[in-house]
Amino acid sequence: MQFVPGLKYRRSYNADPISCWECYNCVKYCPEHAVEVRSYADFVPLGGRVIPLRDTKNNVIYWRVEYRDGTIYEFAFPIRTTPWDSIRPPTEWPERTDLDSEYLSGEPDALGIPELPVPGKGPELLEKATRDVKFPVDPIKRR
Amino acid sequence: MSAINPRTKIVDTDILVVGGGMSGSGATWEAKFWCRGKCKVTVVEKSTLERGGAVAMGLSAINMYMGMRCRENTPEDFVRYVRNEFFGILREDLVYDIARHVDSTVHLFERWGLPIWVDEKTGCYQREGRWQVMIHGESYKPIVGEAARKAADEVYERVMLTHLLLDERVPNRVAGAVGFGVRDGTFYVFRAKAVILTTGGATLIYRPRATGEGLGRVWYAPWASGSGYAMAIMAGAETTSLESRLVVVRFKDGYGPVGAWYLLIKTRSTDLYGEQREPLPQDMMERYKSLYGKYAEAKPTPTTLRVLAVIEDLMKGRAPHLMQTQERLTTQEAINEGFEDFLDMTISQVNVWAGQNIHPQQRPSELMPTEPYIMGSHASPAGMWASGPADIAPPEYRWGPNRMLTVEGLFCAGDICGASGHKFSSGSFTEGRIAGKSAARYVLTQARDYRPTISSDTIERYKEVVFRPMEWYEANKGVTTHSAARVDPWFDINPNYINWFQFMTRLQKIMDEYVAGWSTYYQTNEPLLNRALELLQFLREDFRFVGAANLHELLRVWEFYHRMVVAEAVTRSILARKETRFPGYTIRADYPALDDEKWHVFVNLRYDPRTGNWDVYYRPVIHIID
Ligand SMILES: Cc1cc2nc3c(=O)[nH]c(=O)nc-3n(C[C@H](O)[C@H](O)[C@H](O)COP(=O)(O)OP(=O)(O)OC[C@H]3O[C@@H](n4cnc5c(N)ncnc54)[C@H](O)[C@@H]3O)c2cc1C
Ligand code: SF4
Repeated sequence: MQFVPGLKYRRSYNADPISCWECYNCVKYCPEHAVEVRSYADFVPLGGRVIPLRDTKNNVIYWRVEYRDGTIYEFAFPIRTTPWDSIRPPTEWPERTDLDSEYLSGEPDALGIPELPVPGKGPELLEKATRDVKFPVDPIKRR
Repeated sequence: MSAINPRTKIVDTDILVVGGGMSGSGATWEAKFWCRGKCKVTVVEKSTLERGGAVAMGLSAINMYMGMRCRENTPEDFVRYVRNEFFGILREDLVYDIARHVDSTVHLFERWGLPIWVDEKTGCYQREGRWQVMIHGESYKPIVGEAARKAADEVYERVMLTHLLLDERVPNRVAGAVGFGVRDGTFYVFRAKAVILTTGGATLIYRPRATGEGLGRVWYAPWASGSGYAMAIMAGAETTSLESRLVVVRFKDGYGPVGAWYLLIKTRSTDLYGEQREPLPQDMMERYKSLYGKYAEAKPTPTTLRVLAVIEDLMKGRAPHLMQTQERLTTQEAINEGFEDFLDMTISQVNVWAGQNIHPQQRPSELMPTEPYIMGSHASPAGMWASGPADIAPPEYRWGPNRMLTVEGLFCAGDICGASGHKFSSGSFTEGRIAGKSAARYVLTQARDYRPTISSDTIERYKEVVFRPMEWYEANKGVTTHSAARVDPWFDINPNYINWFQFMTRLQKIMDEYVAGWSTYYQTNEPLLNRALELLQFLREDFRFVGAANLHELLRVWEFYHRMVVAEAVTRSILARKETRFPGYTIRADYPALDDEKWHVFVNLRYDPRTGNWDVYYRPVIHIID
């Protein structure tokens, strides 16, 4: 269940508090940082807070955890190793003609083994593994 | 249509992907790779591609990865593992198929920018357990969703699909689907040559353990409404293994997952009095071996038995169990790992810790089994019956293109495909890719000349059906009694309609008390199941009198309609398996033993959309891996 922090009145509403998963997406995405979660009244005593700050430029998420007893924990975790919106669409990958094969896009090179296993052949194909994973094109567009 | 006058939008496409979660994203990506300019791929998602589905808040691990390039595991190893998990009842062709492809998915995720932990020494991924790899996964779904958005020809977000449309010329052939825009109320009609159902599993069919404001704190996502199962069932597709509902042991109330705690941090758990539980002590293992034979000997011990251990202790007054976190959180690194695990995928658990002053480096946390869920991607195989891959499936499992259901043109992936669990996020995306390529091949070859036949009468009829709860509400709202405490629709009382909340509560009470919910320690029997069917029939009849005050409530109404359909199928499946196969998930108190001689079979169902009758089919289990 979320609300606008630091205000004495309510400017927004929660359409359906009992269906809230506390996924924190409304909190992470609000550009004004105006949303906060007051955790489930059923089993969470008042006074604790968990506050995220998701930085999509540096690709880090910061967390501040405040306990009811006043203890504070802070964490920072990476969220992505490439820039946002850099994924290359599949139509920019070279076209293939083997619509009838069992291979999926990028295979077998993207598997790191020479061919697609069928029952019984797995062990011998692993023997031939190279650790090399290749894609027919860079899956990311570099700027 | 008087009070509400929705506009109708008709969309023609070749491949309709229903759901834009993990498997829907995989299906969209791969279908477009093979379609190019030759077929159109449309994805419809009731929330958004960026955050839709069970991975909405992120994950902390990828639970299915072979590591073939590092010579870690073969797909054969994986099939043997899953076989033990499911006490022998699995489609080995489907499981093998996902396993042989899954590594290319995970490598692609890494290239797209998902931070996967790498072992500096080996250059291979850092393992959590034998099959899992660790990730910094807060943005897992936004990354995958970006790929799906780039791939799709058309994306419809905030559109909830409610029914599949069958072709009016060709029998048993899907022709499209209908639904509505949850924000603007547009009535959508999609006509397609192939439909891929990827709508995820089902929660909230059973009464959850928290029933107040915390009702939404189910472990699997509250938006998992069983839509794909229900739509496929209503269209006449065959189900499988629905008697195997998933019950998992989780941190109490917050429902924080346990995987990283056992596997990565290597925490142990005890019963309430400190007696060793996980890893299970020798005497318990011996007892389980005497009851469940070779399946209990498997390493790791099957999930269902580890759940059973907690249920037994609950009955004996020795549970909740305790995760002894303080024994292992002795370094800052371990503390970070413990917190990140939850902040990345179940933030509520940290809220519980913060509100209850639980410092995990100082004291243990309680563990409880959840309410049951219906899922085909996790440690349970519930779902729909799908055709297998052409090169490895035995003929009995092959009646059409890979992943096509028993309705022509209708495909599945992820939670929706049954008898092939343990695919998790990576396997679901992979199965989406498999279904996506299969559907592309289908529409470019054998279904090339197919044109959907759907009459305008049918479209008008469905429009009436879909919006009827709002019409009914408008017609009857004048005589509603509101509660004095709060003007809140949950507690409206009206002689002529019930609202979604009241409908939900009835469904959950039936399922919890009669069909092996948590309040009966997951036990049921034939008389209870038959009684449940009687009560579910009343509920089905009362659906005609469900009212929705607005589009949001209409969304909830249809979600719970879908759950009701799934609930009936689950009840009938449990009734049809006269043994206890998955003891931690479902206990048939009248048949408490496992009987491999008689019951080494799939329990499948089919609802006949013309007659309304249900039939049970027992299908053979064919093992293709030694
Ligand atoms: C808390 C939690 C922890 C987990 N931990 C892990 C883990 O560590 N590692 C791992 O690999 N896996 C994990 N999983 C499992 C993983 O998330 C699932 O296996 C996977 O997401 C299933 O994919 P799916 O495509 O079948 O369903 P989903 O990803 O849930 O996608 C279904 C999509 O369909 C949409 N939809 C549903 N109904 C309709 C409708 N009627 N109309 C239109 N759209 C609809 C939904 O909005 C959703 O976007 C976890 C799951 C949860 C909930
Ligand atoms: S976005 Fe998530 S946290 Fe916010 S209200 Fe919805 S479910 Fe709750």
